[in-house]
Amino acid sequence: MNDSYNPFSLQGKTILVTGASSGIGRAAAVECSRMGARVVITARNSQRLEETLSRMEGDGHRMCICDLSDTASIEEMVAGLPELDGLVNNAGFTQIRPLKFIDEEIFKQLLQVDTIAPIILLRQLVKKKKLLSGGSVVFTGSLAGVARVSPGNSMYAGCKGAISAFVRGAAVELADKGIRVNAVCPAMVDTGILDSGTVSQEQLEQDRLRYPLKRYGRPEDVAWAMIYLLSDASSWVTGTNMILDGGVLLK
Amino acid sequence: METGTRVDNVINFTINIMKTLDEFVELFAELFDTVDPEEIHADTVFHDIDEWSSLIGLSVIAMVDDEFDVALKGDDVMNSVTVEDLYNRVVEKL
Repeated sequence: MNDSYNPFSLQGKTILVTGASSGIGRAAAVECSRMGARVVITARNSQRLEETLSRMEGDGHRMCICDLSDTASIEEMVAGLPELDGLVNNAGFTQIRPLKFIDEEIFKQLLQVDTIAPIILLRQLVKKKKLLSGGSVVFTGSLAGVARVSPGNSMYAGCKGAISAFVRGAAVELADKGIRVNAVCPAMVDTGILDSGTVSQEQLEQDRLRYPLKRYGRPEDVAWAMIYLLSDASSWVTGTNMILDGGVLLK
Repeated sequence: METGTRVDNVINFTINIMKTLDEFVELFAELFDTVDPEEIHADTVFHDIDEWSSLIGLSVIAMVDDEFDVALKGDDVMNSVTVEDLYNRVVEKL
């Protein structure tokens, strides 16, 4: 066996991770660093970003405070970025509301952060030629956007479904530049996204048991799929929505 | 003018916190489609209502957020027995 053979390595790659202060984004930043990447991490909260940074391995990482709900803030951040081999377009949140109680203001906030901001960030990176040929973009979609939606989560499903469709459009347009665009679509992952307690622990426990693999995802489960999509191992993969669901769609 | 504004504020404030139990029961009853609102009272054991579901539980939380600006938790709904219990949890969090 050749110890240095690893098509999944991120050695020598520079990768931007948004929403890196918690959950999937934090795991993506840490795991990418462990796979050899130089990582630029971004989020709004500097304290929690520093916590992420302290867990990362290797040198050359940096953090960048950015409010992705503000296009000017995105443009300013992009101007200061190095050239990138990868983007983990991950920041997002949800609010549980049954259809009858969909609130226009809440829906607009969700759309801004979950749908518009990641698309504008990609546009800005492409416009400013910050994404290198051979580069890879990974969006955090959701199983809710392509298949199974839990009751009360329809606004989020709409926002993430838009991302899953957008990924295919972006993949077509950026293929000529040698840039690949994909999404991961996880089912429920233990990230604290439902920490507000709207859904009770008991309900979550029951739901967890519906998964054939008998657990929700861990942030690292998603990060490792992202690493595949960021690495040269997935050189022939673009425009896909990769489902990570512990088998829940089998039921 | 100043006095008027102050009075308005007091009135708004009063409306905000003083929604009565009866009004709460009415708002609660509106969440159901197949239950006669007249059948729902302060002492109704709401988990026993046929149409009760986890989705209506989420609707209670959304209604309380909209009407009272209070963030009820799933556990508050699960651990309440009667509609009045729910109302009391809302009032506690005002």
